[in-house]
Amino acid sequence: MTDKSHDPNQMTGAAMIVRALIDHGVQHVFGYPGGAVLPIYDEIFQQSEVEHILVRHEQGAGHAAEGYARSTGKPGVVLVTSGPGATNMVTPLTDALMDSIPLVCITGQVPTHLIGNDAFQECDTVGITRPATKHNWLVRDINDLAKVLHEAFYVATTGRPGPVLVDVPKDVQFATGTYHPPRKSDVHISYTPRVKGDATQIRKAVAMLANAKRPVIYSGGGVINSGPEASQLLRQLVEATGFPITSTLMGLGAYPASGANWLGMLGMHGTYEANMTMHDCDVMLCVGARFDDRITGRTDAFSPGSKKIHIDIDPSSINKNIRVDVPIIGDCGNVLGDLLQVFKAEAKKPDIKAWWQQIAQWRARNSLSYRKNNDIILPQYAIQRLFELTRGKDTYITTEVGQHQMWAAQFYGFEEPHRWMTSGGLGTMGYGLPAAVGVQVAHPDSLVIDIAGDASVQMTIQEMSTAVQFELPIKIFILNNQYMGMVRQWQQLLHGNRLSHSYSEALPDFVKLADAYGCVGLQATKPSDLDGAIKEMIAIKRPVLFDCRVAALENCFPMIPSGKAHNEMLLPEEATDEATAKAFSGGKALV
Amino acid sequence: MNQPASAYFLEERHDPNETHTLSVLVQNEPGVLARVIGLFSGRGYNIESLTVSETESQKHLSRITIVTTGTPMVIQQIKHQLDRMIPVYRVVDMTLTGSSIERELAMVKVRGGGDHRVEALRLADAFRARVIDATTESFVFEITGNSSKISQFIDLMRPLGLVEVSRTGVAAITRGPEGM
Ligand SMILES: Cc1ncc(C[n+]2csc(CCOP(=O)(O)OP(=O)(O)O)c2C)c(N)n1
Ligand SMILES: [Mg+2]
Repeated sequence: MTDKSHDPNQMTGAAMIVRALIDHGVQHVFGYPGGAVLPIYDEIFQQSEVEHILVRHEQGAGHAAEGYARSTGKPGVVLVTSGPGATNMVTPLTDALMDSIPLVCITGQVPTHLIGNDAFQECDTVGITRPATKHNWLVRDINDLAKVLHEAFYVATTGRPGPVLVDVPKDVQFATGTYHPPRKSDVHISYTPRVKGDATQIRKAVAMLANAKRPVIYSGGGVINSGPEASQLLRQLVEATGFPITSTLMGLGAYPASGANWLGMLGMHGTYEANMTMHDCDVMLCVGARFDDRITGRTDAFSPGSKKIHIDIDPSSINKNIRVDVPIIGDCGNVLGDLLQVFKAEAKKPDIKAWWQQIAQWRARNSLSYRKNNDIILPQYAIQRLFELTRGKDTYITTEVGQHQMWAAQFYGFEEPHRWMTSGGLGTMGYGLPAAVGVQVAHPDSLVIDIAGDASVQMTIQEMSTAVQFELPIKIFILNNQYMGMVRQWQQLLHGNRLSHSYSEALPDFVKLADAYGCVGLQATKPSDLDGAIKEMIAIKRPVLFDCRVAALENCFPMIPSGKAHNEMLLPEEATDEATAKAFSGGKALV
Repeated sequence: MNQPASAYFLEERHDPNETHTLSVLVQNEPGVLARVIGLFSGRGYNIESLTVSETESQKHLSRITIVTTGTPMVIQQIKHQLDRMIPVYRVVDMTLTGSSIERELAMVKVRGGGDHRVEALRLADAFRARVIDATTESFVFEITGNSSKISQFIDLMRPLGLVEVSRTGVAAITRGPEGM
């Protein structure tokens, strides 16, 4: 036996965890301490390479890590304790799984010999989070720890990115073992995500694109996940083909909103031109999107006359909701690169002038229009002003969930990828504020704004305190309509205007609340105040809670009523009470 | 189309269902079966039969055989969803290979006397079931075959004093020299 006492790779499990974080280039960890992670916190205390951001609730740590990941392309790292620490992570893990965000979550666990005994703060963390993660591990042996940690980073960040969780019992954190740096053999040989697209399929796709008369490109969050090169390639493809392009909520920014070929977002609250183009197209190129139900509307009437090409890294996304003609499994950026090359070599821009003329007619309907108001701030107007006054600045936008989120997507123009963080798949109220915290940690000098709703913001408002502690000058811009507006909208449209529990009763005084937290509170109540207040908010180099009082009963249009097709959208000017009643007439009539 | 007012499109598609047998080669590690079963319950897929055992202990490989039903689109989803799990090596749709052999083993306990006893033995013989336990008033038969043959045998035993049945679920393998 050799003497291992001087081997620098001999260390405790807790030290291994910190060492692995460093080896994976992690600079920030979002976390909250507790009994089962104290050895790890002790290690964190004794080093300075990894900075720990102390949140106020574990859910906040998860969403902050999501914002961090989404805005940097790097994995977000979370450290929480066993039991309640772990269960509080279920929402952000599920959120990250739905939106394919790479997270590495390390949880403490009760000592191995107590597992299964209902020990204090014990829960079946791997059992609870199994359907909420891409993969998870319970490490029972110190000799497996280094390997599992490295594999965790690999799994989270490769293939279709997603959250992973490593559950480490306290005795394993205390035990001593041999650390090794990341190496290939750390990963399951059964895990082999496919990156390169099949050349024959790509050829087929190019032939289809080249002969299209009424094409459309429909891009999604996968393009963002693939990295900035994918967005560049997407732009080049639009340039080379001259095709119109729309995107999902998750995909905003991959193609610039100011681009000539941009149709706006598609789906339930997408633009008329985007949805009509999808409905009437003859060739659809779907890149890194997954035909989910907010996008397709009624599936049997979804783009009935088109041939569909689908690029996705996850084979299970193919033919899940919509049958496609040419699936291409691979990384969006990689496949787009190949596709572009073949297109440039073998095809030329098809003549689609007539199609653009048709699109121009749809655009002329001006589906995002709203009537102006000089006395009350309309939420759409507030977002438009926010956009105009932050234009050209180094800005990141996060949102909560509700009408304000849809208005942000409709009225804030994104020019670059990684600038827009929103909870798409899970639709988690309370995402935006902690996500903004995470974004600001990654980009300390940028302008980070959470476009919030009065109800959502209260779900994770405690993270204001995190922002203050770590001097993160996030801006929380609340479109305060004193309603759970999106719920109220559905109740108006679908449930006979019976506004069951959707009024935001007993709202706090947000300006005083800001003061209590030690940040700055601002308020705007009239359109004439708005610009000045927004400018003031931008100028303040501290966290700001902005109470923007907006019209209480404004609804979000255009809208595809559920059970309807893309060409049955309800446009704002048509959304009279009568027309709305008719569009939504189903089992329950509107009264 | 009339559907109740809802934020979701409620109408289901009604493609005809098919039954498929899937062989899934997995790393035999803690939780792997829970992952597979959780996938089926979480996504609402059917499990008609599930058989699992380690098949190569040195490599820690287990083979899971699942009989499932669903529309062709759902069956394809199931295969993709299984295949993307980290510890899953391969998923083979035995039904699509067209040349797979499926077997199940059952132990069938029958209690009775007189004519019933004689009849049970006679039928067991016809089905090539073996007697693996006998008392003066009971038999335990062991029968191997495809699932429908076993079900048929069990149905025949019912009026002859069927007490209980233990079935293994389906195991499947392809014909010919190639492995999965
Ligand atoms: C955690 C969570 N609970 C419930 C919901 C359902 N929900 C969706 S939007 C919404 C109302 C949001 O209200 P607010 O934040 O004020 O935004 P608004 O729609 O008024 O802009 C609710 C309750 C949700 N998305 N997330
Ligand atoms: Mg509201």
